[in-house]
Amino acid sequence: MSTVTSLRTPDATDTVRDPAEMQRRVKLTVTLLLVSAIIFYFWWTIDDEQVFYLLSGERTRDTVPGEISTHPVTLTCGIVVLVAAVAAALGLMRHGATTLISMLVVGLAFLLCFVVWAYSDLDVAFKPWITNPLPGTFAVATPLVLGALAGCLCERAGVINVAIEGQFLAGAFFASVVASLTYSAGAGLLGGIIAGIGISAMLALFSIRYLVNQVVLGVVLVVFAQGLTNFLLDQIPNDATIKAYLNEPPKLQDIAIPGLSDIPLIGEAMFDQTILVYLMYAAVVFVTFVMFETRWGLRVRAVGEHPKAADTVGIKVRRIRWQAVLLAGVFAGLGGAYYTVGSTGSFDKNASSGNGFIALAAVIMGRWHPLWATFAALFFGLMSSLRNQLSLVDKIPSELLTMTPYLATVVAVAGFVGRVRPPAADGEPYVKS
Amino acid sequence: MPDEEQPRDNKAGAATKTKPRPEPETDRPSSGPASWLPSIKVTVASIVLALLVGAVLILVSDRQVIESFRYFFSYPWDAFRNSGQAIGESYSSLVSGSVGSWSAISATLERAAPLICAGLAVTLAFRAGLFNIGAQGQLIVGAVCAGYVGFHYDLPPVVHVLTALLAGLAGGAVWGGVIGVLKARTGAHEVITTIMLNYVAAALLTYLLTKESFQQPGSNNPRSEKVDATATFPSIFGVHSGIVLALLAAVGVWWLLERSTVGFELRAVGANADAGRTAGMSVAKVYTTAMIVAGLLAGLAGTQQVLGHQDSLTASFGGSIGFDAITVALLGRATPLGTVLAGLLFGALSTGGLAMQAGAASTPLALTQVLQALIVLFVAAPALVKAVFRFRESDNGGAVMAKGWNS
Amino acid sequence: MQLEIRGLTKRFGTFTANDHIDLTIEPGEIHCLLGENGAGKSTLMNMLYGLLDPDEGQVLLDGKPAKFATPGDAIEAGIGMVHQHFMLVPVFTVAENIMLGREQTRGLGVLNRASAAALVRELSDKYKLAVDPASLVQDLPVGVQQRVEILKALANNAEVLILDEPTAVLTPQEIDELMSIMDSLRNNGTSIVFITHKLREVKAIGDKITVIRRGKVVGTTEPTASEPDLAEMMVGRGVKLVVDKDEPEVGDVALDVKNLTVIGTRGTTVVRNVSFDVRAGEILGIAGVQGNGQTELVKALLGLVRPASGQIQLEGRTISRHGPRQVLEEGIGYIPEDRSHDGFVSSFSVRENLVLDLYKHDEFSRGLALNQQAMTTNAQQRIEEFDIRTQSMNSSVSALSGGNQQKVVVARELSRRLKVLIASQPTRGVDVGSIEFIHQRIVAERDKGTAVVIVSTELDEIFALSDRIAVMYDGRIVDIVSPDILRDEIGLLMAGGDAKGAAAPEERSGSGATAAGTAGFDEETAKNA
Repeated sequence: MSTVTSLRTPDATDTVRDPAEMQRRVKLTVTLLLVSAIIFYFWWTIDDEQVFYLLSGERTRDTVPGEISTHPVTLTCGIVVLVAAVAAALGLMRHGATTLISMLVVGLAFLLCFVVWAYSDLDVAFKPWITNPLPGTFAVATPLVLGALAGCLCERAGVINVAIEGQFLAGAFFASVVASLTYSAGAGLLGGIIAGIGISAMLALFSIRYLVNQVVLGVVLVVFAQGLTNFLLDQIPNDATIKAYLNEPPKLQDIAIPGLSDIPLIGEAMFDQTILVYLMYAAVVFVTFVMFETRWGLRVRAVGEHPKAADTVGIKVRRIRWQAVLLAGVFAGLGGAYYTVGSTGSFDKNASSGNGFIALAAVIMGRWHPLWATFAALFFGLMSSLRNQLSLVDKIPSELLTMTPYLATVVAVAGFVGRVRPPAADGEPYVKS
Repeated sequence: MPDEEQPRDNKAGAATKTKPRPEPETDRPSSGPASWLPSIKVTVASIVLALLVGAVLILVSDRQVIESFRYFFSYPWDAFRNSGQAIGESYSSLVSGSVGSWSAISATLERAAPLICAGLAVTLAFRAGLFNIGAQGQLIVGAVCAGYVGFHYDLPPVVHVLTALLAGLAGGAVWGGVIGVLKARTGAHEVITTIMLNYVAAALLTYLLTKESFQQPGSNNPRSEKVDATATFPSIFGVHSGIVLALLAAVGVWWLLERSTVGFELRAVGANADAGRTAGMSVAKVYTTAMIVAGLLAGLAGTQQVLGHQDSLTASFGGSIGFDAITVALLGRATPLGTVLAGLLFGALSTGGLAMQAGAASTPLALTQVLQALIVLFVAAPALVKAVFRFRESDNGGAVMAKGWNS
Repeated sequence: MQLEIRGLTKRFGTFTANDHIDLTIEPGEIHCLLGENGAGKSTLMNMLYGLLDPDEGQVLLDGKPAKFATPGDAIEAGIGMVHQHFMLVPVFTVAENIMLGREQTRGLGVLNRASAAALVRELSDKYKLAVDPASLVQDLPVGVQQRVEILKALANNAEVLILDEPTAVLTPQEIDELMSIMDSLRNNGTSIVFITHKLREVKAIGDKITVIRRGKVVGTTEPTASEPDLAEMMVGRGVKLVVDKDEPEVGDVALDVKNLTVIGTRGTTVVRNVSFDVRAGEILGIAGVQGNGQTELVKALLGLVRPASGQIQLEGRTISRHGPRQVLEEGIGYIPEDRSHDGFVSSFSVRENLVLDLYKHDEFSRGLALNQQAMTTNAQQRIEEFDIRTQSMNSSVSALSGGNQQKVVVARELSRRLKVLIASQPTRGVDVGSIEFIHQRIVAERDKGTAVVIVSTELDEIFALSDRIAVMYDGRIVDIVSPDILRDEIGLLMAGGDAKGAAAPEERSGSGATAAGTAGFDEETAKNA
């Protein structure tokens, strides 16, 4: 039997070029050339010799900002990207870690030059400084990451979760109500979790028990959660004393972690945050570990890939799916709580403003892997954060800037992620034949 | 079904062997009246069930009712009377506000027209195996194009409205087509791209509303000029003719799906892309075509929102039509006729909801959203409805079944 | 352990898949369950394994009634099953697949991968079933996947092992090897239920043969029964074991493939420098174990994947860069290997599926409009001509039996004038009646002067139809031989050996090693006892 084991191993003698590989190479080269062209354009058009930046602290009369010399920086970045383009043309950019890192470098170089360009040659008396985008990144990304983790958990178990937005809304509303009633932001988190689990339970009941198409179900649950939270919000009488009990929660306080919060660049962004953000870090580690290193995680992935195989070795497919979906509700509910007790306080209509769908996009962009989905969420957070900062600078109309995170996601998905492979049984209810 | 009948590739996940792939269509064009009768029964039962749940919601959130339950044991009658009153007032104004008078009916029809068109946009894409969450964006872009032609150019009466209409259709088609091209060429998942392009369209609209060429002269408000009277849809009995266009669109979509080669390809690829490809169909072309036509239909919905009543564009003119359209299409089981009926129902719910909010019980409009969601949910889970109403198990009044992400 | 089945019955709607089946499997016995596709063998075994709930009847273990609500119960009771469609998670490693459901942990539910891998190595040493615990199942050839599947069952200390059509994916040599494994298991007291529809195998290894037809036991017999007798029991009538065909009237070269190389989705070369030609009026059979590049070769011929290099010519014109539509228009007919995946749209009606690749022809459409009338007439004719058993032309194809579904595909492809017919696994999962019918139609198509390519993993089918046989192994065409070659020789070719016997010694040593493994198994069972 050993004669067939060598099957499908690549031949060292194969010299034939894969047409798909060639196509990819051409595409990559063209893209990189385009990027470098844009950077050289920046280099060419910028008149200011330098722009200023401030990575931490408040800007006061006495703060001394850092300086970026515009021309050397843009020129260097342009050359770096050009080199990458040449490398791609020569076929050095294959799949692998080096390629990933070089693409990351190219992306950062582009962003840097873009920011430098946006802050240069401003025709205003009070010149704005470039500030650290990371605090804003984590602010936007925290609920997205939590939502994406919920998405990963459900979908790895074979239940499509389009209802993250619904879980966010329910979580946000009930976090606010519970926190207001108990006057404790921490209890609010618990309220959010329970609401998230509630929507999860509906998702599980209708998809696992009643075999409802899961994409349909997700959309409907979002509408349901929207309607329910709006309805209940409208039913809260417009009376200040009652409102205080129902929709004026205390907010979570920032907790600086001694030592870590002083790290330059990332300290403030990552380690001077609310408990919710720390819970998010823990959740990422927890979900990744549970999914790939534990018995339960192995079973979750098995029922998401091949439920019948799991069934034939005695695993209760439906039970595992229920567990995964309910656990997902915990994270999505926490994510929702961010929109009330974690940031603004009281609940407004559509508090999460469609971010649940962004979290869903992060799940797909991250190829259903909790870590990659986290990075996708952070990517979106970074884009949003830059958008918010640049909208204060008068170079590009802020209404147009609003689009950039969304356009960037489309470009990222169309250009780099492309076709993705979901868990094989994702969205398929399991019915014993 | 005996297992041995259908050997499949062992890697393809034999999990659903007996039911190889749930298909996005359940009713055949040839099915007789007997086969859809039970599904009507389930639909009606679902509506009743949703109204019951809605009634509970009204009760638990109505202040007067809650207070009367506090002294339930001393004056139980109060609690019942107040409950009955709250529910009765809410639902009677819901009905009278939607179909109680000609003006109510015409409001319902005008509300239903864009819902139907956008619903058709979702339906059509759905049949091609695509989940079009982007009707909202397509609708906005269509409306912007139609509106711009409507207020910016001076054209003779009939020509003007037609040009504006075409501009709206084209705008929507382009916005939808982008999704199709991206999906066909790069494999970018349409759920992501449609969601993202919705935001982009919304941002585009806000941006344009800051431009002077869009704003009303002498005003700085983010509100466009009103479209010219020459670019407005003609009215029939006080109802603008959008509903007629919507019905025509539904017939057109039916013909396209069931009677044309394009629709044949579209349904084949939607149900089984591999078989379609093997039979020589170009999956890329089908995706692109489907999304262009879907965008066109959503564009028509947007057009009706601006050209129907000589309206102006605002940041929120589209409301949530594009999203409601998804529930409309799902309730309509991704068929043109179903979409029309579902659109009428949701149109009625939403006009009735306004009356309900203005009525004596001042029940929030958002209740209709809950009702919408519950109706679709119950229709999609016939087993639940049958269990509640103890229907005889006789059919599979099947809900829309689509594949998961693996299209 | 003695396993007894009494009156087991299973109905699906109005269809009775198993009708009061009685069966007794003695310890250390290889009990063959013989029946054609759709006879209800798998249904029976799925009930035995807790995957299906029987409507009536009971299962007795050593005389005591047992109830298996879930596969977990069956495993607990010592029943193991090797499924026809492997129950392996493709993206998991071998070790993960074997540990699934009975995971070794370090406490707190954390997986202990090292001990799982050690167990796999131990088992694979003991039973001489070589597998690498760390490799991903999806990267393994089917033969190795089957070893994993067998190991999985053995890891649970199965006393009754059910093998559901295990030989379909193996070379003749691998089948021999499997038989020696079965033999050694039997000697250790494991009972084996061996499900198959291949008479040769039943006679080679079985201790007892139970034949099932249309959900009923038609009889139990000894392996000494003759093949025609067994075939008649299985099908219910006399079966012609060979296809009637005359000598081919060979014409010019119709399809000419030169140096074709295809790169698979995972970047590996799956078809290597393949060259062959097919002449009008002849049938070329492509034999080989599944997964040796046949699928990709056919996809390249159809234009479904673009070849990395090489040329495909149809009657002298190059079609290597054609897409599927152009290829079909050029006059190539195609019967795909997985009909429900590629051959039809299961929610479409029979009528629609009969024009799935013809709807653009003038006959069936004018401009954008489909010609409903022509589609109906076409459907009536084909249903009649190919004896497609369906309630109506408007019922969806998913409601048809496998044989009739396949007839829909065959009818469609043969309903136009062809230059070349490419048929992959044309009779997989099809009942004997339909097999005969489809074979006759294919031969008739050849006699009309069409060049025919048959790709099949079933050697019987290859021998029955082919005028020449090309053998594929590891993406190459190892040899093109005449159909009067010996079965053993072609088996060696299919295993990558050379027909003159170069690979034979290795095979010998393989079975020798298995025999040695038996001793180890003895010790193990002794310990367990």
